This record gives sequence, C-alpha cells and structure tokens, in this order.
Amino acid sequence: MPVEIDIAKVARLARIGLTEEELAHYGEQLQGILEHAARVQALATDGVVPTAHPLPMVNALRADLVEPTLDREEVLAQAPDREGPYFRVPPFLED
Amino acid sequence: MNYEAVIGIETHVELLTHSKMFCGCPTDFGADPNTNVCPVCLGLPGALPVPNEQAIHWTIALGMALECSIAPHSVFHRKNYFYADLPKNYQISQFDLPLCVGGHLDVDGGTGERRVGITRVHLEEDTGKSTHLGGSGRIHDASGALIDFNRSGIPLMEVVTEPDIRTPEEARAYAQELRAIVLALGISDARLEEGSLRFDANVSLRPEGSTTLGTKVEVKNMNSLRSLQRALAFEIDRQNGVLAAGGTIAQETRHWDEAAGRTESGRGKEESSDYRYFPEPDLVPLEVGPELLARLRAGIPELPAVRRERYMAAGLDATAARTLVAGDLSGLFDDAVAAGAAPRAVANWLSGEVTAHLNRTGTDAADLTLDGAGLAELVEMVDSGEVSATAAKDVLAGVLAGEGTPRKVAERRDLLQISDVGALVVAVDEALAAHQDEVARIRGGDARLVGFLVGQVMKATGGRADPQAVDRLIRERTGA
Repeated sequence: MPVEIDIAKVARLARIGLTEEELAHYGEQLQGILEHAARVQALATDGVVPTAHPLPMVNALRADLVEPTLDREEVLAQAPDREGPYFRVPPFLED
Repeated sequence: MNYEAVIGIETHVELLTHSKMFCGCPTDFGADPNTNVCPVCLGLPGALPVPNEQAIHWTIALGMALECSIAPHSVFHRKNYFYADLPKNYQISQFDLPLCVGGHLDVDGGTGERRVGITRVHLEEDTGKSTHLGGSGRIHDASGALIDFNRSGIPLMEVVTEPDIRTPEEARAYAQELRAIVLALGISDARLEEGSLRFDANVSLRPEGSTTLGTKVEVKNMNSLRSLQRALAFEIDRQNGVLAAGGTIAQETRHWDEAAGRTESGRGKEESSDYRYFPEPDLVPLEVGPELLARLRAGIPELPAVRRERYMAAGLDATAARTLVAGDLSGLFDDAVAAGAAPRAVANWLSGEVTAHLNRTGTDAADLTLDGAGLAELVEMVDSGEVSATAAKDVLAGVLAGEGTPRKVAERRDLLQISDVGALVVAVDEALAAHQDEVARIRGGDARLVGFLVGQVMKATGGRADPQAVDRLIRERTGA
C-alpha cells in the first residue's frame, strides 16, 4: 500500500538536519511505518469507539495544592547560558 | 464597493488556581524569575504531568456561563512547535475533543444586542516569558533573549468565537462582557495589563451582503480594551484602503503598535503552521458525569446580564446598570442597597463620582477605601439634610482618600449642615441686625430681598446652613 511522504518536511518540522543519504534512509523506514498504519486504517472498525489511551482509566487528577519548587541556582546551573536569574538563549524570530 | 468587517476573537484567560496546570508549582504573579519551577514545567526528561482538577472545573463553569455543551468525554493533545519559552517543544492543549463547545454570548456594541457564537472553550498551559535583548527591543535585531519559566504551565483557558463580530465597538463589548463573566465567576483576575487576559482577533473584509469570507489577518498584541477597539478600527481601514486601491489582502499576522497607533506586519518568515497534534500519551481522558455537572451548575453565581436586568428592575437606567457591572462595582452597590440606601442614589454616586475617581487614579474597585455601609451612610446624610449635595462630594473625596467613614470625614472637615435650630436662629438674627435697611424694605413689601439675606446667612455659616430653613426663619421674622 504506497503512502506519499515528504521526509524533508518532516525533518524540518522536527528541526533535524539530515543529509541526502539520511533522508533516503529514514524516508524508507518512515514509509514502512505509514504503510503499516494504512493497513490498520483499512480495517473495518464500525462500532469501535476511538481510543486515545490504552489504559481503562479516566480522570487521573490532582487537587489544587502547592508543592515545593526547585532551587533556582541548581536549575540555572544545568543551562548552557544564563544571565542573572534568567536562562539566556540565542536571538529568535517570531512565527 | 462597500465592505463589511468579519471579526472573530480568541481570548486567553489565565486561571487563578494556587498551583499550575500539570504540577504543584505556585502561580503568584511577580515572583522572582525562575523560582516557581519544577521538572514538569521546565520540561525535564521523564517528568510526568497531572492535571489540576480546579482548572478543569473552572473551564466547565465558564463553558456553562457561555451556554456551551460540556463534553462528557474530553482529551488533552500535544501541540508541537519550537519556541524558546516552550521547554518541552510542545504545549499540552486540547484539539478535537475540547471541554466545551457551541455556546454564545449576547453583546451590544451600540447598534443593539447581537449574538456572538462561541465555537469552543478549551484548557491548555501557558508558556514561559521571553524578554528580547537588543537596542530597539524589536525582535529581528535582538542579540538574544532571557527566559523566565514562572509562567510556564499556568492554566490557560482559550475561548474562541465564531466570525460573528462586525465592528470594533462590538469586539470591545464582547471582550468587556467576557471579562465581566470571568470576574463574576472568580476564576481569573482578568488583568489585561498583566497579561492574565489576552485578546487576539481575526479580521477580514467582504462585500456587503456577501456570505463568503475574505482573507483573514490575525492581529495580536492588544493590551487593553481600548487598544483592541483601536487596533481593529485601524486594521479595517487599512484593509479597506488596500481593496479600494485594487490590491489583495495577504494572509498574515500583524502586531498592534499602541504608541504608533497602527498594526505592523510580523517580520518572521510565514510558514503555514503544522502543529502535528496527537493525544497526550502521559494523560488519561477526562470524563464529566451528570453529578459533577449538577454540582458545578449549582455553583454558578449571578452573571452580568442577569445582574444588569436586576438593577434595571430596581429602577436603574441601562447605562448605569452597565457601568456598575462593567466597572466591577456591583458588590459595593449590592452592599449599600442591603444597608438600606435607595438604589438610584447609590448608582448615581458609583457611576458618577466613584467611577471618575477610579479613572483618574487608574485604580480598581478592589482598591477603594469605600464600602457599602459607608456609601449607604453618605446617601442617608444627604437625604436627611445633614450635608448638602455639594458638601457630600467633599465628604466622598475624604472617604476615598482614606480619611474614614462619611460621618467622621464630615465632622473633621466641618461639612455638617447646621441643623440645630438655635444655632440657625442666632445666625439669622445676626444677619438681620447687620442689614436693617434691607429688613425695612422687606417689611415694606419687597420680598425679593429675602434671597439676598439667605445668601448672607449661607456666607456667614460657610455654606453649612440648610437654605430652606434659613429662608423660613427670615420670612417668619420679617413678615414677608
């Protein structure tokens, strides 16, 4: 069951830089996964309720209570760059 | 050709929960940067989200207030995109199964009441806050950015309208009414300037009478109700100009520049969004049963529209009712009326002097040093003639300046009318003695001079005498 796939777009959306060989290599793998999904989608599922989650469980919630936070120095020490109490990141464009 | 505007509004509302949406970090505004953080809201590997029940209940409550259907079965999705203030590279949001769908809100933008459809109300998490560095503060020439994750993960509701709004005034009326509902429900502090209430608008034009939609432009960065209205008026004019010149509208995001009074095209490369939504595997579905629905429905307080109707039934005009509800003054009004004051007198003070004071000082109703009992006392003092209508304004100014109750202020500022007849008689007799010529002329039949003598007594008492009582005393003594 052939499936169209734009592997370059998938890589761009995931912000992963791939060489031509890698594009072909991963494109083939992803193609296989999508073909499998297409076979599943072709099954007759009339009367089957869509499932977002395999566990027979709903409403796993927490009460609105405040819990301890992390120490800021410990947190910022993990970052590649900081400025005072902030994380510092390279310039970025909106949209 | 005449064009009509087609406007839809997306509103983000930060909820007033104590803790964040998916972790127990506190949500207080203005905390030291990066102190309200934990592995979940920093997006550290392996951290697992657990939804805040209160946020879900409040979202359902807003849905009920907007007459939405509440979904019996609802799911969180991952919305995937890259941005420096989004540590997980996805936002937990809702996609095709939101908590609330298909409601409406009736608003009046000056051309009569119109119904604005509510497409959906869903729940998601807020992002962190980025501050762009660099001279002009403009994003494209910034040299970097600073990130504070305190806001990351704060519960955020999104309310989406149908493209039913036609004018900037109607957009503002919608925004104001939605804000009033959120405040009545007590689920957000809804402060635009602090970003706990944020509006984005989609605007397009189409020939009058047409039912197809034109190319829409998304307008962002409007930080007050006034700037929402101004930005839309500008954008509609701009699009009219482009179309009149034979041009076409580009689908884009434009940012409102409050100082320049114009919308500007975003500089970023416009690539159509591809968020690749999929169900959040770390969260199980939500199910809302009839018992919870009944409990939440019972907790919905009186909403602004109902409140306005109640005020109008109590004798207020539509404008006063609207001012009280929109200005968050209904608590004060209800308390003053409960303390026995006449509704219209209370409404006059609140929509007049008190609203002027709030506008002048840029403060909120919550900051007032006036309470319902104090307002009732002021109304009662005017009714009984203890203070004149003019002096009452000075009394209120004193109360609003934090000088105490109306009676205390009136005593301290010496504004009480002289109601003691003995003291009035003394003041009147002194005036008669000082103006014997005029008294003789009154006795001779020139009653017009009574007014002059009343004026003299008022002057001598610093305006604290009751003019009617003075008039009566003078006439008694001169036989006028």
